[in-house]
Amino acid sequence: MRDRTLWGLTAAAVVLAILGPLFPPWVAFLMTVALGRGLVVLGLLILWRTGLVSFGQALYFAVGGYAVGLLGQYLGVRDAVLLVIAGVAGSVVVAAGLGLLIARYREIFFAMLTMAFSMILYGVLVKTEILGSTDGFAVVSPTFFGYAPGAGAAKLGVYWLVCATAYVAALGLHRYLSSPMGALAVAIRDNEIRVEYLGVSVKNAVHVKYVIAAALAGAGGAINALAVGHVDPEMAYWITSGEFVFVAVLSGAGSIAAPFAGSIVFELLRTYATQYAPYLWQLVVGSILLLLILFVPNGLWSLLSRRRWRRA
Amino acid sequence: MTLLNIENLHKNFGAVKAADALNVAVAQHEVVGIIGANGAGKTTFVNLITGYQKPDSGQILYQGRNITPLPPRAITRLGICRSFQVPQVFMSATVEDNLLIALGLAENPRVPFWRKLRTATLVAQAEELMARYRLADYRTQPASVLPQGVRKLLDIAMAVVHRPKILLLDEPTSGVSLDEKFGIMDIVMGALKEGGVTVLFVEHDMDIVGRYAQRVLAFYDGAILADGAPAAVLGHEKVLLHVIGRVPGERGPKASHA
Repeated sequence: MRDRTLWGLTAAAVVLAILGPLFPPWVAFLMTVALGRGLVVLGLLILWRTGLVSFGQALYFAVGGYAVGLLGQYLGVRDAVLLVIAGVAGSVVVAAGLGLLIARYREIFFAMLTMAFSMILYGVLVKTEILGSTDGFAVVSPTFFGYAPGAGAAKLGVYWLVCATAYVAALGLHRYLSSPMGALAVAIRDNEIRVEYLGVSVKNAVHVKYVIAAALAGAGGAINALAVGHVDPEMAYWITSGEFVFVAVLSGAGSIAAPFAGSIVFELLRTYATQYAPYLWQLVVGSILLLLILFVPNGLWSLLSRRRWRRA
Repeated sequence: MTLLNIENLHKNFGAVKAADALNVAVAQHEVVGIIGANGAGKTTFVNLITGYQKPDSGQILYQGRNITPLPPRAITRLGICRSFQVPQVFMSATVEDNLLIALGLAENPRVPFWRKLRTATLVAQAEELMARYRLADYRTQPASVLPQGVRKLLDIAMAVVHRPKILLLDEPTSGVSLDEKFGIMDIVMGALKEGGVTVLFVEHDMDIVGRYAQRVLAFYDGAILADGAPAAVLGHEKVLLHVIGRVPGERGPKASHA
């Protein structure tokens, strides 16, 4: 049987890549940011399927972003692909360490602990003057495999990079979902005791999932830094984490594409709401969240497709 | 051949003695029934053997190896598996997916995230289990909607994915209607006998114990009151008094409660 998800994702990636040069600059920028943040949400869904909500993905969003900024600033690394890989690597290292503790906790304790760690990083960044304190600092303009484009072309390069990253991540996740580790998500959410009695350590599995989610958030943060050209401590702030959770709720767990679609909707919402109601935009976002939970509890994607998750 | 040696096992919960100087040796291919009133220490006994709870003192030897300090997952992998009084299954997954997940985890403890779970081999193994435990009719139903008896069978089917040498069944027929009990025990015991599995089962229904056990352990206050052939143990004076009820030949309150 043909894999419809695979073809759907490939078609979407090709269409997005072709549309890139045709987009007006503000749309291209919005799409870059949205797809980058969609990567973070994709990671949240891995945890969500396991029954865990992280209120601290901003930690890895910031680690990815600052890794890009610091490497560019102090080591002169400018290659966009290398920088994104560095952002992922930084997040994986931090998550592997923190996961030793966090993977022991569930439910509200898991959520609070993840948030606590992101707020610690926020506090450190705010107090560190060489990193620009609350202002943050500028990120170098990236090169692509040795080619150094002008500002406009560089933006397009970052857009294509995020399309490629999102595509690879989505394919990887698609594969992961039909693997034993992917199936273990539902198993852990439903019954940890049985999983232990099937000979598997729940803690290790949660740790692995936490690291994967962090890697995706690191990639998202790195791309965000390249797109915006600036990093600041807000990246690690709890409201940033909250936005990721918001987008996860908005998207629903209905599909691998849902986080990206939800993220685009959220960025559009943010753009228009700040334009037309600059002082009320959070009110708008809050009201929409309320309506979603009441009327579309399974996320926007459930409106498009009534199909359940593919078999685990 | 002695498979399992339980030596001087003690476990207290506060002032309650849940295991009081337990000494049991279980030989290969034995089918042992465990009886006792509620709170007598039957489930604690199962929990201690499978590593879910740790004894205060004493040790458990499996094929001569001390397994007392091991966690349940390690003991499971050594071939001592269990089912549960309340079925522990993945409620939102279908019967087939429950078995596939169980088989997949049994196959590889490192849980790959790149290989597919649903392979032809695994599906065939799941089908075999479904046939053996009469689950085929429920294949695509989520575990949450299964009748209790079927969910019990699924729980037991998931316990045998490791091809255990010893299987501990914690009240396999509790919560199941009276006329279904023997049917379920026939399915389970038939399948296990075929696999040459050593079975310890906790049971309240003395008719079932009498029919399926070769040997009976009677628990009272965390200690073993009697240990021997079913006829002898079920007729033992203290067992009649403390476990079954006073009058011989009549069912005690605990037995009918099960």
